[in-house]
Amino acid sequence: MRGYLVLRVIAKLLIPFILVFGLYVQFHGDFGPGGGFQAGVIVAAAVIFHALIFGLPRTRRVVPEWVVETTVAAGLLLYIGVGIAGMLLGGTFLDYSILLHDPVHGQHRGILLVELGVGITVAGVMLMIFYMFAGRTRTPHSEK
Amino acid sequence: MTTTLINTVLLLMMAATAIGIVRSRNLFAVVILGSLYSFLMATIFLVLDAVDVSMTEAAVGAGISTVLLLSTLYLTRSEEAKPIHNPLLPLAVALVTGGLLMYGTLGLPEFGSPDSVIHQHVVPRYLQQGPIETGVPNVVTAILASYRGFDTLGEVTVVFTGGVGVIMLLRRRWRSDRKRSEK
Repeated sequence: MRGYLVLRVIAKLLIPFILVFGLYVQFHGDFGPGGGFQAGVIVAAAVIFHALIFGLPRTRRVVPEWVVETTVAAGLLLYIGVGIAGMLLGGTFLDYSILLHDPVHGQHRGILLVELGVGITVAGVMLMIFYMFAGRTRTPHSEK
Repeated sequence: MTTTLINTVLLLMMAATAIGIVRSRNLFAVVILGSLYSFLMATIFLVLDAVDVSMTEAAVGAGISTVLLLSTLYLTRSEEAKPIHNPLLPLAVALVTGGLLMYGTLGLPEFGSPDSVIHQHVVPRYLQQGPIETGVPNVVTAILASYRGFDTLGEVTVVFTGGVGVIMLLRRRWRSDRKRSEK
């Protein structure tokens, strides 16, 4: 899409705002609508938008495949880690009340971290599926 | 009254889109109409005050899955093959199933009614104690992440497993390439 100047300018303008909106949905999810899943797909959609306008090779340079692959597992590990942290501090699995001195603050902290884990994994999986689909070509020889 | 009007218009547009999808043989048009269908669905969720679901539908249904379908379409032909079977039997099955589902909705409690059975069990406790116990004003988030933390963990595991499955299926070099790299 080298020739489409308008699309490229608009994309450059829009992508930061989409990413900020994703972060807002992620971290404001305990007050307003939204949460990890929604934030994850919004962030993934922003990167996919980048790939549609600037081409997959450039997006792969911005967000390398190994990063995406890591995030697929990192989010789930963060979620399980919060659960195990509760166990190590003397509570039960996924009991957030133990995490801080005040049970209510602990709950708040736990929910924030767990939602972050959901967001990271969802964004990673969505992007990874896109990379896998978009990376395929019709003939064996045009690949790589 | 206004909500009913908006919903009726949106649902009629969705029905028109669905008929368009069924009648079209051009798969590119089908994918774009499918995206339109998802956007209309997202708008209906918005009217029903389900903003979370609406965001997910707009981003996944209209955005990401459309892109995935388009990139799949690039690998295949963009014209649908003529069906070999008579469409009467599938049509009959669809009509009977749809009729049964509509009949089933007659037995459901009124939409949004606080007296319905699912709102009697633990929901009052969540609504009263949730903000106090978790300090999170959004009860949906409190239920999903805290009270139903195990369910959400399972959900994330399902997403993770799906992603790993796609990676294992699709990240496969072509056989001639692999032979070349072995040499």
